Amino acid sequence: MSTVLDKLRGRLGQSAPRPDGVPKVRGQFAFSSDMFAEGMLWGHMLRSPHPAAAIRSIDVSQALLIPGVRAVITSDDVPGRKTYGLDYPDQPVFAWDVVRFMGEPVAAVAADHPDTARRAAAAIVVDYAPTEPMTDPAAAVDAAPIHPLGNVLHRQWVRCGDPEAVGAVVVEGRYETAMQDQAQMGPESGLAIPGEDGGVDLYIATQWLHIDQEQMAACLALPLEKVRLHLAGVGGAFGAREDLSMQVQICMLALRTGRPVKMVYSREESFLGHVHRHPAVMWYRHHADRDGRLVKVEARIILDGGAYLSTSTAVTMNASCMAPGPYLVHNAVVEAVAVRTNNPPCGAMRGFGSVQACFAHEAQMDKLAAALGMDPVELRLRNVLKQGDSLITGQVLRGTAPVADVIRTCAAAPLPTGGPQTAAELELPGGAGRTAERTRVRRGVGFAVSVKNLMYGGGFDDYSSARCRLEDGVATITCAAVEVGQGFVTLAQQIAREVLGVADVILAPPGTADIGSAGSTSASRQTWMSGGAVQKACFAVRERLFSCTATKYGVSAETLAILDGRVVSLDGQIDIPVFEAAGGEVLEETVEFHHEPTAELDQNGQGDAFVSFAFAAHRAVVDVDLDLGLVRVVDITTSQDVGRVLNPVQLVGQLEGGIAQGVGLAVMEEIVLDHGRVRNPSFTDYVIPTALDMPPVHIAALIEEPEPGSPMGAKGAGEPPMISSVAAVVAAIRNATGLELPRAPVRPQDIALAGASRGPTLASSPNNVEVSQ
Amino acid sequence: MGELIDYQLRVNGRERDVAEAWLGESLLYVLRERLGLPGSKNACEQGECGSCSVLMDGKLVCSCMVLAASAVGSDIVTVEGLGDGDDGLSDIQAAFVAEGGVQCGFCTPGFVVSVHDLLEHNPDPTELEVREAVSGNLCRCTGYGRILAAVKAAQETRRG
Repeated sequence: MSTVLDKLRGRLGQSAPRPDGVPKVRGQFAFSSDMFAEGMLWGHMLRSPHPAAAIRSIDVSQALLIPGVRAVITSDDVPGRKTYGLDYPDQPVFAWDVVRFMGEPVAAVAADHPDTARRAAAAIVVDYAPTEPMTDPAAAVDAAPIHPLGNVLHRQWVRCGDPEAVGAVVVEGRYETAMQDQAQMGPESGLAIPGEDGGVDLYIATQWLHIDQEQMAACLALPLEKVRLHLAGVGGAFGAREDLSMQVQICMLALRTGRPVKMVYSREESFLGHVHRHPAVMWYRHHADRDGRLVKVEARIILDGGAYLSTSTAVTMNASCMAPGPYLVHNAVVEAVAVRTNNPPCGAMRGFGSVQACFAHEAQMDKLAAALGMDPVELRLRNVLKQGDSLITGQVLRGTAPVADVIRTCAAAPLPTGGPQTAAELELPGGAGRTAERTRVRRGVGFAVSVKNLMYGGGFDDYSSARCRLEDGVATITCAAVEVGQGFVTLAQQIAREVLGVADVILAPPGTADIGSAGSTSASRQTWMSGGAVQKACFAVRERLFSCTATKYGVSAETLAILDGRVVSLDGQIDIPVFEAAGGEVLEETVEFHHEPTAELDQNGQGDAFVSFAFAAHRAVVDVDLDLGLVRVVDITTSQDVGRVLNPVQLVGQLEGGIAQGVGLAVMEEIVLDHGRVRNPSFTDYVIPTALDMPPVHIAALIEEPEPGSPMGAKGAGEPPMISSVAAVVAAIRNATGLELPRAPVRPQDIALAGASRGPTLASSPNNVEVSQ
Repeated sequence: MGELIDYQLRVNGRERDVAEAWLGESLLYVLRERLGLPGSKNACEQGECGSCSVLMDGKLVCSCMVLAASAVGSDIVTVEGLGDGDDGLSDIQAAFVAEGGVQCGFCTPGFVVSVHDLLEHNPDPTELEVREAVSGNLCRCTGYGRILAAVKAAQETRRG
């Protein structure tokens, strides 16, 4: 590990090492759950055990009698607005009168020891009158409202072309995706410290410091500047940290007790205490002509939003606008509705509405290929979107759209050799259980393609702020962009090194007091937005550096450049180190970077609502045990449209990590609900892929066509890997089994019981690529 | 809280005093909250994720599943006790950094301890053996690809 070597490797396009890598491997990186303050108390939340109930009374007297308990708070104690929310504040800080989902906070405790806090919460007596929970999203649309704001959270129509258009070939289907959990490894946690000015300092793991601050200030009835957020180390996010979790409640406890309060969710509480991916039910009808060209797509999508709004509006927008996938279609009628139920609230998770739609549109493309007797890859190629084409929203694709390239390169990659007959026992479906009978294991191959809109759109003024300070040849970057693991910290350093030619780049700790908003670490947006802001700030400093040098030497600033840490003139007359060029002056610039404006969709879902799109293709190979219904994913091959590669190792990490979450949703991950009750809030019962479940990932191609408008030409790369990987794996299982399998995840019984009822003829040969209708 | 007790633990080669602790505290809690060693992580606290992995008398255990008071007399090694070399990193830690095996980093200390244990007992494992050995450690960011690359790199360095 040579630091000189690291710095040489540190420019854009190179696999610069993470600045937080060393502390993280040594266990010295301070995550939010590692925070400590002298005299701190421990907070604990009491949550509703019922998905729907009236609250008759709350008696906290017994809890207050327990030695070591310092405060117990409920809704009555909320000093300001009693609700919060990212789009609209419809979610109570603490439930009052009614609870609308299992796990809704009802009270919170601060005590000397975490176990005392837990016991005190258990000693609070809440008199509930349970009611029948509304858990069927389709029925909830027209049912009696379970919230004063009604049950329809958002309805998005997208209509274009001729609604009566008819194709010669029509396929239809009903598809479902389950509720997925982000399962970020670091549980929700934070430390609130009361300030001498009556304000509060909160050290927290989140995805967007400034949006938390806004919501908290309203609930705490404090001016913004008295609610100071500091980013604590974030143990993954994937959407789970977009909404507030404990932020308001621990600050209330700290302000009430006058002492620092730390709160750390248990894993069970984490499952109950953050939003999930919306489960979806999707009805699709595709019309095509005999050559396989799409004529019309009709879709109705119902998304279960759970008890509160969260980001359901934007998820619905994505699902409806992306409903046909990355294909050109001139006629479409799409309706997407997000519905309020007494299920756990749903909101952001990687892929955000596109995952659900992709599962359905790709199953439809396979059905259409089978109906036409056409190769599924060829059918897709025949319909791909290209630059200059219009989406069903009427928006013209002005950016790059190498859809055909991602499909061709991915499909052309070699298939894995070998097969279930020769695989090691551990690599068969069922793995270490050694349950597989080799003659009853079938191999299947599936293919899927996806589109994801990048960044916030729909008329939202999305921006990021950054400051660059150059002093003694060292650059300091201040930006509130949240590092969740994706590697923004590495990228920020790479940008500063590239633009300013300096080796040493310090990243100031992100906080609300020091800089304006950077927007959310979501929607694959930080490389473009905060990367753009950091680059703009560095350019502004470089301009001043050149202007200092130009004045000093009496030359034109246009003749100057930075090369290997030195300011040089094109004629070679000036050649001085960067630190000298500044002449002892501190150069500092603070900027905002906004992306191109977008528009709201009109009532027919028409409008230029999006900034940019990224495309990906995935090919999955699976082995399926036909009798036990167990699946082993053998290989995933992918191609992705990335604009430009800025850090190869980090990019590969995004692809592999996103695919793992896609494999999870395809074959194992589901929040199991029983009348609104979460039945599997643990890693014992909610299983995510382990190193034995994950297949090797082969990257067939990273398509580099620099995106116009993107500050470095790159497109966000975090979400696409998760989207079509789900659809590809399930397509491969369909291919292996001949079953329709309209639901993700595919459960063992979906295969084994279907096989049992339909007899052994179901087993198709490994080479049979026909997909049943 | 019941009875509070005093005891000593031997962690990373040092005797450490634990004073007035509740008997029900896990080793993970005592390491993190009483001994200032937060490197072992609290991702599930029920023995499913491996983030809290430590070595106890040379055996890999989930410290969340060990009662701290029952670890008296044992040699405990945490991620903080593994570093060596000029930069304070073990070869395995250095490989995780170099190969991109770290993203959010929450699972990383557990993986590092787990891989140390693996290579201690099986210096030249096959990829499948590595996958099996670390299958008790959950990672949500990486999809394991760069972690496996890091193990391979460390293995190759040791092989020379």
